[in-house]
Amino acid sequence: MTTIILFAPLLGALICGFGWRILGEAAAQWTATALLFLAAALSWVVFLTFDGQTQQIPIAAWIESGSLVTDWAIRLDRLTAIMLIVVTTVSALVHLYSFGYMAHDDNFRPGESYRPRFFAYLSFFTFAMLMLVTADNLLQLFFGWEGVGVASYLLIGFYFRKPSANAAAIKAFVVNRVGDFAFLLGIFAIYFMVDSIQFSTVLASGPALAQAEMTFLWRDWNAAEVIAVLLFIGAMGKSAQLFLHTWLPDAMEGPTPVSALIHAATMVTAGVFLVCRMSPIMEFAPNALVFVTFIGATTAFFAATVGLVQTDIKRVIAYSTCSQLGYMFVAAGVGVYSAAMFHLFTHAFFKAMLFLGAGSVIHGMHHEQDMRNYGGLRHKMPWTFWAMMIGTLAITGVGIPLTHIGFAGFLSKDAIIESAWGAHSGIGLYAFWMLVISALFTSFYSWRLMFLTFFGKPRGDRHTHEHAHESPPVMLVPLGVLAVGAVLAGMIWYNPFFGDHEDVETFFGIPAVYAAEDGGEGVVAAIEDLAEGDVEGAGLAVTEDAIGDEPAQPVLLHPAPGAGAIYMGAENHVLEEAHHAPVLVKVSAFIAMLIGFVAAWVAYVWRVALPGQIVAQMGPAYRFLLNKWYFDEVYDAVFVRPARRLGAFLWRRGDGDVIDGGINGVALGIIPSITRLAGRAQSGYIFHYAFAMVLGIAILVTWMTLAGGAR
Amino acid sequence: MDSLLSIVTFIPLLAAIILALFLRGDDAASQRNAKWLALIATGASFVLSLIVLAQYDPEVAGFQMVERHDWLLGLNYKVGVDGISVLFVLLTTFLMPLVILSCWDVTFRVKEYMIAFLVLETLMLGVFVALDLVLFYLFFEAGLIPMFLIIGIWGGKERIYASFKFFLYTFLGSVLMLVAMIAMYIDAGTTDIPALLGHSFSAAPVGIGAITLPGGLQTLLWLAFFASFAVKMPMWPVHTWLPDAHVQAPTAGSVVLAAILLKLGGYGFIRFSLPMFPVASDLLAPFVLWLSAIAIVYTSLVALAQTDMKKLIAYSSVAHMGYVTAGIFVANQQGLDGAIFQMISHGFVSGALFLCVGVIYDRMHTRDIDAYGGLANRMPAYAAVFLLFTMANVGLPGTSGFVGEFLTLMGMFQANTWVALVATSGVILSAGYALWLYRRVVLGDLIKESLRSITDLTGREKAIFAPLAVMTILLGVYPALVTDIIGPSVARLLAGYDVALLNAAAQSALALN
Repeated sequence: MTTIILFAPLLGALICGFGWRILGEAAAQWTATALLFLAAALSWVVFLTFDGQTQQIPIAAWIESGSLVTDWAIRLDRLTAIMLIVVTTVSALVHLYSFGYMAHDDNFRPGESYRPRFFAYLSFFTFAMLMLVTADNLLQLFFGWEGVGVASYLLIGFYFRKPSANAAAIKAFVVNRVGDFAFLLGIFAIYFMVDSIQFSTVLASGPALAQAEMTFLWRDWNAAEVIAVLLFIGAMGKSAQLFLHTWLPDAMEGPTPVSALIHAATMVTAGVFLVCRMSPIMEFAPNALVFVTFIGATTAFFAATVGLVQTDIKRVIAYSTCSQLGYMFVAAGVGVYSAAMFHLFTHAFFKAMLFLGAGSVIHGMHHEQDMRNYGGLRHKMPWTFWAMMIGTLAITGVGIPLTHIGFAGFLSKDAIIESAWGAHSGIGLYAFWMLVISALFTSFYSWRLMFLTFFGKPRGDRHTHEHAHESPPVMLVPLGVLAVGAVLAGMIWYNPFFGDHEDVETFFGIPAVYAAEDGGEGVVAAIEDLAEGDVEGAGLAVTEDAIGDEPAQPVLLHPAPGAGAIYMGAENHVLEEAHHAPVLVKVSAFIAMLIGFVAAWVAYVWRVALPGQIVAQMGPAYRFLLNKWYFDEVYDAVFVRPARRLGAFLWRRGDGDVIDGGINGVALGIIPSITRLAGRAQSGYIFHYAFAMVLGIAILVTWMTLAGGAR
Repeated sequence: MDSLLSIVTFIPLLAAIILALFLRGDDAASQRNAKWLALIATGASFVLSLIVLAQYDPEVAGFQMVERHDWLLGLNYKVGVDGISVLFVLLTTFLMPLVILSCWDVTFRVKEYMIAFLVLETLMLGVFVALDLVLFYLFFEAGLIPMFLIIGIWGGKERIYASFKFFLYTFLGSVLMLVAMIAMYIDAGTTDIPALLGHSFSAAPVGIGAITLPGGLQTLLWLAFFASFAVKMPMWPVHTWLPDAHVQAPTAGSVVLAAILLKLGGYGFIRFSLPMFPVASDLLAPFVLWLSAIAIVYTSLVALAQTDMKKLIAYSSVAHMGYVTAGIFVANQQGLDGAIFQMISHGFVSGALFLCVGVIYDRMHTRDIDAYGGLANRMPAYAAVFLLFTMANVGLPGTSGFVGEFLTLMGMFQANTWVALVATSGVILSAGYALWLYRRVVLGDLIKESLRSITDLTGREKAIFAPLAVMTILLGVYPALVTDIIGPSVARLLAGYDVALLNAAAQSALALN
């Protein structure tokens, strides 16, 4: 079944991309969409019936070289199952939505067929993303990783006539490649240490890696730390974390359904997925986890501050995505991988909905994206308004404090903030405060977006406002479905993701390994086996022991790394600590949310002149935020332009003057006969050289034969 | 079919002779006949080479389908293939019919043009199948002549300068290699390559004046071969002939040059340097690794600065060959597998990229990047094809370009993490220059007046690209097609290499005591 889920989108992409001339545009698009809905339905079946046991489904051999053996294969565990429903559900809905959104597009000429291409790219993206999440080894994951990168490149640059879209597409690909560069080195390091890149082997090797040293560049390091940091840098690229985030806002050049699918719900969360997938190694790399937490928390804060002042509706949501991804990394960084996946899961629903809602507004407003030209749209677009309202309530985290009743974001975001506090470490405390402040900003910019768009008086071009219209049902239905998720996903799946330790372990298929107390050798053997990452052996040792002896009180052993979908180290009690956080910690995010809401209401509904005054007074700070902390400018000055200049320098001076100059100098200076040859070269008698060469070879061979007396 | 290999090798030459002797006139009919004969000959050679592949058994050690005949002056004619060479034979025979097809529209001295390519094919195949030193040298050097003529007669404006540079570079290396071959013959008493592979050349340090040369004779021979192969690769810093040669060569010439001729150097390293001079290879590996790493970064940066499409792709070829040389001299299974894979993949991908340039050069007669822009508007099929090969050039997983890059880098990491770090940064730079080229040529709006009437790929052009596209994706998804064949031979080569190193270490330990 998983195989069908995996290949249905590929089939759809191929049929739609190559077969539309035969099938006709509409039929091709419906084929792709229908296949996606099939995949989504099957994914839910897989998710709901999944028993937690890791399954491996081989498909074919891939790269094999010496001891390096990689297959095309599916690894189905809880992480995969979660990602399957996230990817296929959002993708199916986005396909459907695109029928409406892409129906007319001024970027293309009348009669031009761009829709099949769009649907083919979307389906191809989905296939690549599914390859990523179902991968059975790091290389296949990397295939999906780069595949989604290409799909993202193609879709960001979908309006291929727009220079800004083309520039954004290249930027996205190249910045991602910076992350991939580290990711590749991480894969090499894993192979170097473990002699395998299969997850089943790699994930069990955490304890061994923690003990091992490896030489990387100028000194020896702890192997687990090196690997964890390298992989995380890869994740930073894909998930647009600080320093490698610059591509994400620009990626909004793509059509809005793309932003919803790729740059909100799925691809950008691949980094979080990777860190969770590698949790059995991450848990043995405490310093790397501090780094993860720091980057996550700082990104959450940074992106939220930039989001405060953006005026393009899509860019606000883009920075919001960047910020929310930071939350997820904090959760992973403090060791509560389940909370990271929880937020990933709920975020997919409400963020996809916010983007699709924004798309609906943009569609209704004739591709106007500047919020300063919106206003009062709730009457013209009631359905979109309510969908966006639910999305805003979800992202800002509205719920009843100290209970588990609330919108999806309320539960998952609070889980992360409590986890950060529960880490009881310096970095945890830093992350806690960063996230609480970010929660305030999140609330502010989200409500600012709502107020500017749907409340107040219409601003900007009157003609556009007169023609503003609600979107067709084909666009509203996906919004409705996602709204259900945004409301309920948190409440329904709170316990499996962030409930008791046992709930979480059951959900993620972490086996409970019991040992008989005073069982003697059995337990010792089991512990030894576990230390070597051999779960089956451990179970066997215990069983063998239990048979011989009289029944004894079972003792819960710590599960081995790699046994379940995620791994939490024996010393990792953050999940429990988070549950026992003080009331003030638990309500902190809620209070921050309220402050943000009130501030936004004051500034954009009650005293609408206030923002202008603040901007006038805080000019430099405002410009700093508006220019996104000047990252683009700095990168351009430090990396992009110097690289081009260096390239030109190496070409003209290096190749031209030094190498050619040197060789010409040597050749022409020292060997006079070559000078004559060079002189003849101008005459153009090319056959002379050919003749000279043949003659030379003939003479040399003859000489060799005679002198050597060949046998 | 005892002499199948020879038949495959010499069919093109036979056709060339027929053309030279019997085809008269330069009218349209005789031109057509020349092309058809060339196509049939190269096609037949390809079909027969498929039988070679089918008969080849990867599990059998050593050379297979060996033919040995006495030849003039007491020399031996001996050919055969092993896992390392058999796929290069296939690569050559696969590409040549496409090359012939790609020059279907040439009208200037067609007969001679076809003869040049047919002779070239025989000579290139000869290099890969030759099992005798003299034979190898003959094929290796003679191959320059038709290439030289192709650039010099059918090339661009600066063709004389380019072909002169090409000649000058390769000539120096050839002389040194010849001297080395004579020395090998004197030392081993045979020119038989399988015998030479079993011969261990002295690695005792020798003193030259005040300097003691570690590795002794092996180092000297290694350096002489290196001079020749490094230029052929080409390696930094002796690469500057390649961009000029490519720019001036006609499209078909560029394709052969990039896809096949560049592989001669890498093949030479694997056939001679590594197994015959293991001590010297081990000694000088860091030198080669750093040259390769520099090549990858340096030429990628230079590629960023190019304004000529062919030059850009030529520099990217040099960068890709950097992976090959590094992969060879890390001397582990992944590195060598990757190096061979990279060479084969590069044959398809760079060949296709030069054909892509040729397609628009035929229409617009300029290679200047700035002269294009927005081709996707009128040439959607071309845009798709060019995108595929651009992505393969960038090393996207799922295309053949990825496998070689990944394996060689993995091999490098095991040898030296610094080199691996520098070389891996090539994945960032390659994305930069390749996508930027694609953007400037294909994307954007079609503004330039001159491009208003440009036409999309013709059926012939599609037929040329289709097999290349299929191979690029097939090898990317199922690389076992290649690795299953080369793997056992590489493993055997490496086993011998390791034993030789151990023996040398033991000997030098004895010598010290």
